[in-house]
Amino acid sequence: MAPETNTDNQLFQRHKYKLKREKRIVITWQLLLLLAFIGFWEVASRLYWIDPLLFSSPSEVIQVLFSNMADGSMVKHIQITLFETIAGFIIGTLVGILFASVLWSSTRFSKIMDPYLVIMNAMPKVALGPILIVALGTGYVSIIAMGALISVIITTLVIYNAFNEVDPNYEKVLKSFGATRWQQFKEAIFPATLPAMISTLKVNVGLSWVGVIVGEFLVAKQGLGYLIIYGFQVFDFSLVLSSLVLIAIFAAIMYKVVERLEGWLIKSKT
Amino acid sequence: MSFLTLDHVTHHYFSASSYTKALKDISLSIKQGEFVALLGPSGCGKSTLLSIIAGIVEHTSGNVFLENTPIKPSDKAIGYMLQQDYLFPWKTILENVMIGPKIHRSNDPAIRTKAEMLLKQVGLTGISDDYPGSLSGGMRQRVALVRTLLNDPKILLLDEPFSALDYQTKLKLEDLVSTTLKAFNKTAILVTHDIGEAIAMADRIFVMEANPGMISKVFEVPIELRQEAPFSVRKHPKYQMLFDKVWEELEDKEGNPAE
Repeated sequence: MAPETNTDNQLFQRHKYKLKREKRIVITWQLLLLLAFIGFWEVASRLYWIDPLLFSSPSEVIQVLFSNMADGSMVKHIQITLFETIAGFIIGTLVGILFASVLWSSTRFSKIMDPYLVIMNAMPKVALGPILIVALGTGYVSIIAMGALISVIITTLVIYNAFNEVDPNYEKVLKSFGATRWQQFKEAIFPATLPAMISTLKVNVGLSWVGVIVGEFLVAKQGLGYLIIYGFQVFDFSLVLSSLVLIAIFAAIMYKVVERLEGWLIKSKT
Repeated sequence: MSFLTLDHVTHHYFSASSYTKALKDISLSIKQGEFVALLGPSGCGKSTLLSIIAGIVEHTSGNVFLENTPIKPSDKAIGYMLQQDYLFPWKTILENVMIGPKIHRSNDPAIRTKAEMLLKQVGLTGISDDYPGSLSGGMRQRVALVRTLLNDPKILLLDEPFSALDYQTKLKLEDLVSTTLKAFNKTAILVTHDIGEAIAMADRIFVMEANPGMISKVFEVPIELRQEAPFSVRKHPKYQMLFDKVWEELEDKEGNPAE
């Protein structure tokens, strides 16, 4: 007979093994899907199932990436786009939180602002592009402004709602200690909505990319959005697709970084 | 001398289309160190009355005096305990307890020692740096009690603080709160819908009725019961007698088709 003391541990080991196996299966399939996609793309392009001039091919894309990386031109474009996106993302989020706080500080002010916020939220922000360019010039400032503008209103609305959804009894407790409205905000409202703020960060990562790429479409002489438009104009779709691949990679990295930040912030706060 | 006086306090709730009279002509006076209970069905405005005394809700007419001065919001003299503990989950136990002094920007270094002493007094040691999430409901409510007491309020308002706890924890906590408040000679008002709890803890019981909220009857708890801790009160022969009388009063009121 097997020793009784071991069975608990054995069960635990078996459970751990199962979890590991499941994880391995999922990752294997994810990689297989990626490889299948790339493989099919390559084959389809070589056998002219799709027009290689329009849809390029993975080998072509890799070649473009390497040659452009080697002469340093691509790095420059990546740097400028990343800088614009991160700046737009941070400014959009911070200004949104600031606006939400101002709205929370005065119920009357928030009532007055309500219809304007609805209109600004409904309006496609990229339509303001030409005005931004006229006002802020054709440099990176207007592109950053676009990246920020696209996320600022939705951030304001989401965070303001989160502020209002905090259990009023927390405010009641603080009021019974004689807290001012600012103290209520600092001690209860703001920390209680931190998770909501972090989840808007994730949304804003995607939005800032939209704003910056559209901004670059309109005006830029540098950046990945510019490369896409340039590639389109000279009919170099390998360049367009290379830029797209880079955008996908960096957007994913940025999203992952924000996710890490979320885990870290939430853990340190509870 | 009366410590807390309510003089014809009336309160309305207004909505866009109508109004409700939540409280009508509430007059009562409470002595220093007295423990009174407000007992009544839900909707009789007992919690509203507490909020008015706390200065959080502004009543529509009448006067509230604490030590002969009109009560005002942000009065440090009032301590409030709610149905749930409402500890801040992102603050440690000690930070939660010290929120009152923090809001008053008190720099008294002795306050920390006092906080730890009070925590010990309610049987909580070695948890100062824990977060509320790791504590049981009863422990959390004890932390909330300490948070309230640390502010050294003149009067404590207890808004059904035991209603969310399981029965055993509730009985134990009743004893703890009662003895602690007696030890500090605090005046307290307990809102509850539990007749037993009201008798076990209070010196006087105000029975309220709803629509509009009014005081329908006042019961004096016999002196023999007042001297006992809540747990032993429930075993006293006079407890059942008073329980039946209060029960009858509440039954009478609920006979109204009001609710």
